[in-house]
Amino acid sequence: MGSINLKQVTKDFGDVSVIKPIDLAIKDGEFIVFVGPSGCGKSTLLRMIAGLEDTTSGNIEIDGQDATDTPPAKRGLAMVFQSYALYPHMSVRNNIAFPLKRAKVSKAEIEKKIASVTKTLNLSDYLDRKPGQLSGGQRQRVAIGRAIVRQPSAFLFDEPLSNLDASLRVNMRLEISELHKTLATTMIYVTHDQVEAMTMADRIAVFNAGIIEQVGSPLELYNTPVNKFVAGFIGSPKMNFIAVEPTATDATCCLGIRPEHITISTTSGTWPGKVGVIEHLGSETFLHVHVEGKATFTVKAGGDCPYVYGDNIYLSAVENKMLHFDAAGITLPQQHASLVAI
Amino acid sequence: MATSNSRTLARLMLFPSVVLLLAWMLVPLCMTLYFSFLDYNLLTPGNNAFIGFLNYEFFLTDPAFFASFFNTILLVGGVLLITLGGGIGLAILLDQAIWGRNYVRIMVLAPFFVMPTVSALVWKNMLMNPVNGLFAHFATWLGMSPIDFFAQIPLLSIIIIVSWQWLPFAALILLTSIQSLDREQLDAADLDGAGPFSKFYYIVLPHLSRAITAVILIETIFLLSIFAEILVTTSGGPGYESTNITYLIYTQSLLQFDVGGGSAGGIVAVIIANIVAIFLMRLIGKNLED
Ligand SMILES: Nc1ncnc2c1ncn2[C@@H]1O[C@H](COP(=O)(O)OP(=O)(O)OP(=O)(O)O)[C@@H](O)[C@H]1O
Ligand SMILES: [Mg+2]
Repeated sequence: MGSINLKQVTKDFGDVSVIKPIDLAIKDGEFIVFVGPSGCGKSTLLRMIAGLEDTTSGNIEIDGQDATDTPPAKRGLAMVFQSYALYPHMSVRNNIAFPLKRAKVSKAEIEKKIASVTKTLNLSDYLDRKPGQLSGGQRQRVAIGRAIVRQPSAFLFDEPLSNLDASLRVNMRLEISELHKTLATTMIYVTHDQVEAMTMADRIAVFNAGIIEQVGSPLELYNTPVNKFVAGFIGSPKMNFIAVEPTATDATCCLGIRPEHITISTTSGTWPGKVGVIEHLGSETFLHVHVEGKATFTVKAGGDCPYVYGDNIYLSAVENKMLHFDAAGITLPQQHASLVAI
Repeated sequence: MATSNSRTLARLMLFPSVVLLLAWMLVPLCMTLYFSFLDYNLLTPGNNAFIGFLNYEFFLTDPAFFASFFNTILLVGGVLLITLGGGIGLAILLDQAIWGRNYVRIMVLAPFFVMPTVSALVWKNMLMNPVNGLFAHFATWLGMSPIDFFAQIPLLSIIIIVSWQWLPFAALILLTSIQSLDREQLDAADLDGAGPFSKFYYIVLPHLSRAITAVILIETIFLLSIFAEILVTTSGGPGYESTNITYLIYTQSLLQFDVGGGSAGGIVAVIIANIVAIFLMRLIGKNLED
């Protein structure tokens, strides 16, 4: 059990409104990822769900029960912090046992639970060490262990992997996904990392300045973003935007095209341009192409890209892959877009 | 200081200050040591004969020595207990987001800026005076007979005065330590179901252990040589009830003009201070490591 329902939830710090009214229904067992630019209120909302931050107005329901004013420990949620927040004076064993001891679980029961958790997380060899004597990845695992051992109805992660190096991050990402599959517990996961969001999430919620712009599956957000913000935020490298003049029949103010939906030709195309910096990643290549009178385009090409700095080339968009945005940045319907393309 | 080169350089550059410090310490210490073996009394000037350990014998077998030795321990221990307990409490209070917190912090610090003699005089004449003191007025108002602090509970009165002076120091050190506590640890403890007492005992207190150690070590060093407060209030009396080692040495050497005996007492005090220091470092010094 672990459904979480946010109903018109808001948060003010003094007269700054950090969370504007938010509605969000998180289903039991779902892996939902919060993404958004820095300072948009992701951590704040997560802490409100955990009960560490008061709710200014609105309701938080956990398992159908109103939990808006329930103290953190009574909500049955567990949180993994970015700084791990391990207790530095306690051994790994005591760190993991701490929530159980507070809940007055019997000694034998605690031993059993610790054994099973440390086995799952490969921590058995470190039980008597202090957190200061562990590597970043091991600390992260202890933090996760401390969360799992309480068998919460939902896990809250606040950028849990941002302090780890790239390769460890890939490993831990897989471990957390694996954990989600085996435990089948609701997880709310805050991240800055595009790859984490796209690969781990059942659904992604894109935040911007205290509101949710769009909620949907990763591919839904990628293919049919509701507005220019989501289109630009999801996907790496970013979508290219081209400003156009709206006409009497067509409200389009801006066109959006993803780097992989642009074809390159040496002879003809929609936009003539000059090749700038080229980033070779082995399996693929990103070209930054300066187009006269427009912006710089990012174009994705295959690994064996023949172009060099300064080449003159032509770019064109793959048909029907272009997104149209109106003056307010709202995505215009697809049929309309294809009509214009003709 | 990684390479052997930089280590040598560091030693070379430290050399002058170490020599200066050593001379500064050693010359008076050696002179005291020398005097302590002489029959050196200012009232009977003359030969200053070498009398071996006689001064030490007199000092150590004097009943006043034992009284003042235990008084010193009580004084140091009592003040440590009060300042640590009160300091932790104050630090936690001052860490809360209360209105006008900055002003309160400065006010709490104020006693530390008052000279020991002045604060002792204020306590003696304005607060603890059995006739005019505030406490006496309060007691009469309650219908009780006022306490004559310096006659009835001289040592405790001095402990109270000294604690009042050192409380801000302890509170300030502990406050900075509390402020360096990672708030996410407290949040995590909240989620783990720890109540206020558990959070204090399992998270705040272990975090403070280092600062507590520092406070104990620093305060002990200064408290072993409390003098002005005793001189101004009780002059060590009644009897030897509020005499500590420092004050005893003063009465020996200055009031009785016995330089030799006073010097012997001084050396004993140095030895006691070192024993206390070694004892403390063994006991709690490991908190300062890692
Ligand atoms: N205690 C506080 N008092 C006042 N303002 C706060 C407080 N905590 C957060 N804020 C503000 O609320 C906004 C949202 O903060 P929050 O930490 O939720 O951002 P975030 O989305 O998690 O950002 P990041 O991705 O950088 O972690 C920020 O503008 C921040 O300055
Ligand atoms: Mg954050």
